[in-house]
Amino acid sequence: VKVLLRNPRRELEINGPITIINLLDRLDLNREAVLVIRSGELVPGDETLSDDDSVEIRPVISGGMA
Amino acid sequence: MKCVTCRGPAVIDIRRHNANFCAEHFIEQCHRQVHKAIDEFSMMEPTDRILVAVSGGKDSLAVWDLLTAMGYIADGLYIGLGIGDYSDVSKEHARSFADARGLTLIEVDLPADYGFDIPAGSRAARRVPCSACGLSKRHLFDDAALKGGYDVLVTGHNLDDEAAVLFGNTLHWHTEYLGRQLPVLPARDGFPRKVKPLVRLTERETAAYCIIRGIDYLVDECPMAEGNRHLGYKAALNEIEKTSPGAKHSFYFGFLSRAADRFAEESAIDREELRACASCGAPTSAEVCAFCRLVDRAGGHLPITSGDTSVNVEIRPTRTGELR
Repeated sequence: VKVLLRNPRRELEINGPITIINLLDRLDLNREAVLVIRSGELVPGDETLSDDDSVEIRPVISGGMA
Repeated sequence: MKCVTCRGPAVIDIRRHNANFCAEHFIEQCHRQVHKAIDEFSMMEPTDRILVAVSGGKDSLAVWDLLTAMGYIADGLYIGLGIGDYSDVSKEHARSFADARGLTLIEVDLPADYGFDIPAGSRAARRVPCSACGLSKRHLFDDAALKGGYDVLVTGHNLDDEAAVLFGNTLHWHTEYLGRQLPVLPARDGFPRKVKPLVRLTERETAAYCIIRGIDYLVDECPMAEGNRHLGYKAALNEIEKTSPGAKHSFYFGFLSRAADRFAEESAIDREELRACASCGAPTSAEVCAFCRLVDRAGGHLPITSGDTSVNVEIRPTRTGELR
């Protein structure tokens, strides 16, 4: 899974399959502070990502880090 | 995950409501929460002239979008703060939003109109950048709302903002601020009516609203805000929220219903001591208000290009918006 993080902008590769909730846990990110976006649309927490997926993890806290 | 309303595929979970929503019903949920906030706190009337403080970020664009979708007539006010590329990009987001919807965006530019930017103002006044920024924005928002004849000034403060400020004021027992940390501040001499229609929505929800609605907001953080205390309070509250969904809502709304009144008297005494600034006429507890002192110290770091240092708003014509 290709993962784009913001503030600062950087990219990671994570092995799939993996659920959104597990992905955020692995990156030590609080679900209250981010949204996961794929092709411009929100991805729910229980969705499983495959190796081919590309997602953005967007911080939602003003001026926040992710 | 299934939508609590239609049982279709959900796109977001809202743990404090123990509910998941599809895109359509999440937008409905946001409308419900904003309606409820407006009604519960008697924020505004349908006929009010509304000015929305717009930064180009998710909260201000979301609240402007929500209010116009609900039928309110609302203009936007953008303040250029001179924070390098960050300000340039934020202005483009605000302008694009307004232009695409035929809305009127009023612009004030700190460097052009007052001769300093936030980095210079912060250094000159020996204030942290967020303090100089907040001071400038509050003054200019109030000024533009009053001089523009608006009935109400809307800001995009959300539940996370209010809970974090409450947390900080409680942590340090700033009791003089607690009595006025309310979703509505009534108009009084020198201050416009100020309301916060997003107090029932978290930042995650306003960001989700923008993504679903296709609102292109500024995602990048303000380079001057990194590491500030407010962000630390938000992170701390989100850690609590993680294991105790609804904690932020309970903290803030519990304060409003059970504690805010206890601090009202102290805040009222604080307000009684205000008088008109000798320079600009804005309410202040000193002879000259904090913004005019900031202009005095920091102004001149940059050339003033507008030729008027009092109130200089640029009202840009939009595709369908009429100038007022």
